[in-house]
Amino acid sequence: MEFNISRRSMMQGTAAAGMLAASGASAMTTPKRGGTLRLGLKGANTSDTWDGRTHSDQYMINMGHGCVFECLTQVESNGDLTGELAESWSASPDAKVWTFQLRKGVKFHNGKSFGADDVLASLQIHVEEGAKSAAKPIIADIEEMKKLGSHEVQLTLKSSNADFAFLMSDYHILMYPEGMIDEAIAKGIGTGPYRVVSFDPGVRCVVKRVDDHHLADNSGYFDEIEAIAINDGSARTNALLTGQVDAINALEKKTIPLLKANPSITIIEVTGNLQYTFPMLVAVEPFNDINVRKALKYGCNRQEMVDKILQGHGAVGNDSPVGPANQYFAADLPQIEYDPDKSKFFLKKAGMTSLNIDLSTAEAAFSGAIDASLLYQNSAKEAGININVVQEASDGYWSNVWLKKPWCACYWSGRATEDWMFKTAYERGVPWNDTGWDDARFQDLLIQGRGELNSDNRREIYHEMQQIISEEGATILPMFANYIDAHNDKVAHGNVIGNLWMLDNSRACKRWWAV
Amino acid sequence: MAGIGLIIIKRLGLGLLTMLMVSILIFGAVNLLPGDFAQAILGQGATPEAVQAIRRDLGLDQPLVERYFTWLFGVLQGDFGNSFAELNFSSYGGTTASANFGSVADKLAPRFNNTMFLAGVTALFAVPVSILIGVLAALYRNSIFDRVANITTLTSISSPEFFLAYILILILAVLNPILPSLSNIYDGMDFADRLERSMLPALTLTLVVTAHMMRMTRAAIINLLASPFIEMARLKGLSPFRVILFHALPNALAPIINVVALNLAFLITGVVVVEVVFVYPGIGQLFVDSVKIRDIPVVQACCLLFAAAYILLNLTADIMAILSNPRLRHPK
Repeated sequence: MEFNISRRSMMQGTAAAGMLAASGASAMTTPKRGGTLRLGLKGANTSDTWDGRTHSDQYMINMGHGCVFECLTQVESNGDLTGELAESWSASPDAKVWTFQLRKGVKFHNGKSFGADDVLASLQIHVEEGAKSAAKPIIADIEEMKKLGSHEVQLTLKSSNADFAFLMSDYHILMYPEGMIDEAIAKGIGTGPYRVVSFDPGVRCVVKRVDDHHLADNSGYFDEIEAIAINDGSARTNALLTGQVDAINALEKKTIPLLKANPSITIIEVTGNLQYTFPMLVAVEPFNDINVRKALKYGCNRQEMVDKILQGHGAVGNDSPVGPANQYFAADLPQIEYDPDKSKFFLKKAGMTSLNIDLSTAEAAFSGAIDASLLYQNSAKEAGININVVQEASDGYWSNVWLKKPWCACYWSGRATEDWMFKTAYERGVPWNDTGWDDARFQDLLIQGRGELNSDNRREIYHEMQQIISEEGATILPMFANYIDAHNDKVAHGNVIGNLWMLDNSRACKRWWAV
Repeated sequence: MAGIGLIIIKRLGLGLLTMLMVSILIFGAVNLLPGDFAQAILGQGATPEAVQAIRRDLGLDQPLVERYFTWLFGVLQGDFGNSFAELNFSSYGGTTASANFGSVADKLAPRFNNTMFLAGVTALFAVPVSILIGVLAALYRNSIFDRVANITTLTSISSPEFFLAYILILILAVLNPILPSLSNIYDGMDFADRLERSMLPALTLTLVVTAHMMRMTRAAIINLLASPFIEMARLKGLSPFRVILFHALPNALAPIINVVALNLAFLITGVVVVEVVFVYPGIGQLFVDSVKIRDIPVVQACCLLFAAAYILLNLTADIMAILSNPRLRHPK
């Protein structure tokens, strides 16, 4: 059965979707070949390598997939899933057996032809003995990998997963040349539109365009890209202002008004799935009482947090981890508003007149977490809830506080698909289920969604799941933070900017062009 | 002059002893840092099992004393070990890629060269300028020039480095685009480009170190102006400039050399903030990046390098002082 996931219609319907916030004047030009792109990127480390399994920070995510390397599939700026190294794919009706047809005539930078063996070997490295890949759960789900032809592979999953083709666009799952993977990791040999000229981890990387790339029709426009590691926010902004780089990621919020006044700078702002949360352990009193959870939901002034913590650069959350960058985001669910009276009502229902609870927090949870906790404390006081904000040490926060303290601050960068997000943090018994969430109906729907290939049915399933988690769940999710990047007038891009990751789904190298 | 050789050898011996003490301090302090490499690299994913696995791979589960001596013997043989980050990644999936990874020393060498380049450029500029201003300030003591020089240099030394850096960026890069605000020099860049890119950090550092050297020069010379031999020179009818340059300055050299050496050491060890602000790929930036990910072998090597720079430059200062003042050769 052939099918193509499209969420364009979805995107048009949701106000919060990733449309350009700034005027897209520069985006009107048509793509052309040539020129250079100089990127000033945050998120570089001296430990960076071309090993996709280790990629976790923005610098390597940008330079890895879609620049030097490629994945089987890719998420377009508008949210469509298209083939990158795969030409097409199909799934069995139960979404267990997936067959990928690969593109022919694709060459690695060292001249080796790309084929089925490369795919199998590249998937295998995530599950080999001792591998610590972040994509291990995805690949470990594959029961059998089979080569059907020189350019066709069949992957049989242990359990149904309708999102599997989507997961193959993950930035960890890069395609390497079989038999020389170590060399490819050491030197950066991929099939991407750019080959590595020089790479100094944590400092600088220069790549040059490959001649006759297989996707040259609609990507890989620059002749050369220089990516400079600039972890300091002010230095990054200065570099953009003085014209030493053409585009930067992670713009600091306080500089936005100043940069907006500069006519040659375009600010790109999209709301993605990056979410700041306050998970509570449902097994611990008083959070086991749904009325207490509801009282806390209504005692949180979400809009105030967006205004003060994100300085308006974000969107209010509705206690569901499915965000605007997701395919089946339920934008029509009733928004939980700040309502101290309702909060009091639920508190009374729980048999209490006032409530004293500890909220563990640290800047490690997210930038502004302590302030957000104090705002929460203030807004909940109105409803008779006394939140005692406990400041924890940032070091070791994730091992000592998160998953351990009954209520704490946390963040999630979100996941590309609903199922992936739920199975990471909301499925029964998974290690990162940071609330200990366990609901029979929710669990049934989760399993059902995995085996369902029909898009309309899936929308219904995930809609109900979001409703359950929003109304009864144990996570307070007050806000989604925007991805904010900026570029000067020497580069241009399409009208729609991807909101899955920074810098156009971290594929600016591939998709943008010089003016 | 035989005494000098002995003094140098004695001082070097003492220096080595100091290094040993410093190495213990560094190792202890670095290991006292809260959180560890495994937790830093895993972030939110720091489950107990994953942390244990990485610790085992890196030998972090060994006792502290044992790790210290292993490290010390390595260092004595010139082997600073392998960076945790690289060890960790080479053990990813047990590939044999580790052969491609460099040691800590390989990582440090290019960064150290860059820092030395910046220190060199700054010193070439800052030392003559500050001594000149110091001499002039002493010569025209309590004049307008003296006061302006004092106020300016004291203001610049009292401001935090990053503040000076941002002011310079604002004036020389944003408002008047004369110099680049980004100092990302790299291998294969030609000398003129390199110099241009290093200009702003060098200027910032100059502002930081000038006050100390200039004030010391001024004070040392003024101190001597009351001495009988200066009075004699004056009575001979020499010009004030000549008196200061040929009679006072040579006798004031010891304290000046001392303070110059101290400031040179600062140029190597104190550049951390400046390098980060200007994205200059020197040892300071490497140090910050390594602390961030708790890459202990790199942090230790950086600290040791900083300590060595201080000790060696102090030693040089002492020896130069002794050479310039024969009285010091015969301690009472």
